[in-house]
Amino acid sequence: MKIAVCIKRVADMGARFQIGADGASVSDAGIKYDMSDFDEWAVEAALQLNEKHGGGEVTVISLGPDSAQETLRKALAMGADKAVHLKADRIPFDGFAIAEALAAELKDGGFDLVLFGRIAVDSAAGVTGAMVAELLDMPCVTAVSKLEVSGTTGTAERQVEGGVETLSFPLPALCTIDQGLVTQARYPSLKGIMAAKKKPMESKPAQLGAISVNVSKMELPPERSAGRIVGEGAAAVPELIRLLQTEAKVL
Amino acid sequence: MADNILVVAEARGGDVRKVALEVITAARVLADGMGGDVHAMVFGAAGIGSVAPKLAAVGADVVLVVEHAGFETYNAEAVAATVAAQITSGGYRAALFGASAMGQDLAPRIGAKLRVGVAADAVSVIAEAGNVVVRHPMNTNKVIATMVLSSTPALVSVRPGAVSVGSTAKAGTVQSVAPAMDPSAGRVKVTGVSLGSSAKLDLAEAPVIVSGGRGLKAAEHFSLVEDLAAAFGNAAVGATRAVTDDGWRPHSDQIGQTGRQVSPNLYVAVGISGAIQHIAGMRNSKTIVAINKDKDAPIFKVADYGIVGDVFEIMPVLTAAVKAAKAQQ
Ligand SMILES: Cc1cc2nc3c(=O)[nH]c(=O)nc-3n(C[C@H](O)[C@H](O)[C@H](O)COP(=O)(O)OP(=O)(O)OC[C@H]3O[C@@H](n4cnc5c(N)ncnc54)[C@H](O)[C@@H]3O)c2cc1C
Ligand SMILES: Nc1ncnc2c1ncn2[C@@H]1O[C@H](COP(=O)(O)O)[C@@H](O)[C@H]1O
Repeated sequence: MKIAVCIKRVADMGARFQIGADGASVSDAGIKYDMSDFDEWAVEAALQLNEKHGGGEVTVISLGPDSAQETLRKALAMGADKAVHLKADRIPFDGFAIAEALAAELKDGGFDLVLFGRIAVDSAAGVTGAMVAELLDMPCVTAVSKLEVSGTTGTAERQVEGGVETLSFPLPALCTIDQGLVTQARYPSLKGIMAAKKKPMESKPAQLGAISVNVSKMELPPERSAGRIVGEGAAAVPELIRLLQTEAKVL
Repeated sequence: MADNILVVAEARGGDVRKVALEVITAARVLADGMGGDVHAMVFGAAGIGSVAPKLAAVGADVVLVVEHAGFETYNAEAVAATVAAQITSGGYRAALFGASAMGQDLAPRIGAKLRVGVAADAVSVIAEAGNVVVRHPMNTNKVIATMVLSSTPALVSVRPGAVSVGSTAKAGTVQSVAPAMDPSAGRVKVTGVSLGSSAKLDLAEAPVIVSGGRGLKAAEHFSLVEDLAAAFGNAAVGATRAVTDDGWRPHSDQIGQTGRQVSPNLYVAVGISGAIQHIAGMRNSKTIVAINKDKDAPIFKVADYGIVGDVFEIMPVLTAAVKAAKAQQ
């Protein structure tokens, strides 16, 4: 199968974030970057599908500044075949602007399957995949936690509140990948890292769409005040109950 | 036309979900600020129109009912086509969705059809100087962004549990709307839905969450967590990734960076170490209780109240004490 995976470079969420001088961005001082978790799983899922069905090709696409190429290289080192870098000064907050650029790139690619992450861990929006599907008029299933392909038919499961939906759809199609589909994404091997250096990486300007969602302010949530250890063992239960009733008022 | 707001009111199994009432409440406040009406659109099989009074009771001026056998379950393509057609013909200033599995799927489809962005998973929505302005936690709840929407319609999905259900009753005039697309013509077919017991509270809606980690040692010991949840009566059960990866609990129960993000009134962490990726999903809970045998476990850094000790000894005693406290109320 010809599979495309859209991957985003995001800040490592372990960081202690600071707000930028403009008050409307996150400072990148001291921040490390990596592929968004869900996108890693999408790359893994694409590689596994082609390993299972034999042959095929995986193209990874990332929109962003030149540093996006580092994330694309990682996907190549994992085993993807080709990379496309859609160059933009920075990644907009409006998923629609991104979706238009990705859709323009995917449009004539002849992909059987296009994979996205369910949500980018930085923006926490979860909109871009379904928007691209709509722009390309492709069948779309979001938040997929199980995926199988047989011939030109796909079947997927998606988690909904308190249950699971099973869906079937014709290829070509677009899916956004939730957790549960793969247990873990593979680490690039040394051999993979060497091979990635020779794999094709195309870079071209992103055709961003119009922006209608703008960040006017970023702030850090209030710190949690320090808690306390109520006591040790079952003997501490009565005091905990008292605190939950009189202080926290949640019981 | 006035600045009317459209809400897609989520229904399941013939009834509206709580998130629908929350979103109508948010829309009511927005519409009052902008001088418009709230139209609530509900999809379902024949008879779904009977929920109209519930939607009116929380602020819907008009209830738009789309009845079709094909809307028994969520049918993404036909719902998206019908909502987009309604927004276009009705000239709405904004459209609000719940940031549930359904709303998160639907809102971006509408955005692309109308060629505008979506402010997803908002925890507040207000009108400010004629604009729709939302707040949205990002970077695993470590940063809060304020976003201004410049499009008409402004599209927003609202985080379940972020808004308390209001009580501004309106007339709720009922209108029937025909689907803009035959639900059976969709390319993606729902071939099965397996819902857990409908009595089970969803993580996003539960005021109390009792969550278990690897400290419980085995899947069967999760009964300790379930018993405590049952004692509270209004609690859902959550889990860490260590536990869902081992198959002790379904992935849909996982809380954290790559699972669900929750903010209940009370979060009880049982045998959970408090890895940064877990805390990412529950740090906004109002009150956090942790039970862990390791006094240095990182979970105690975010917990309001901690008990150091063995979960197997503490949980039965705690469950009995909560039952007793509830019985006195
Ligand atoms: C990219 C990425 C994403 C991730 N996303 C998530 C996520 O979304 N959600 C998530 O939860 N994790 C996530 N993780 C995993 C996370 O890093 C931790 O591994 C996981 O949260 C640990 O789960 P745990 O607390 O159940 O287990 P452990 O870390 O093993 O902790 C078990 C705890 O139980 C205590 N304990 C043991 N026995 C007893 C006893 N008898 N009585 C009392 N206490 C006892 C121990 O002291 C210990 O603190 C992610 C990891 C990565 C790399
Ligand atoms: N700049 C980007 N480049 C490539 N893919 C992206 C980009 N931004 C978002 N995506 C894709 O869209 C998904 C959802 O992102 P979001 O809508 O921001 O939560 C991500 O998991 C990626 O698959």
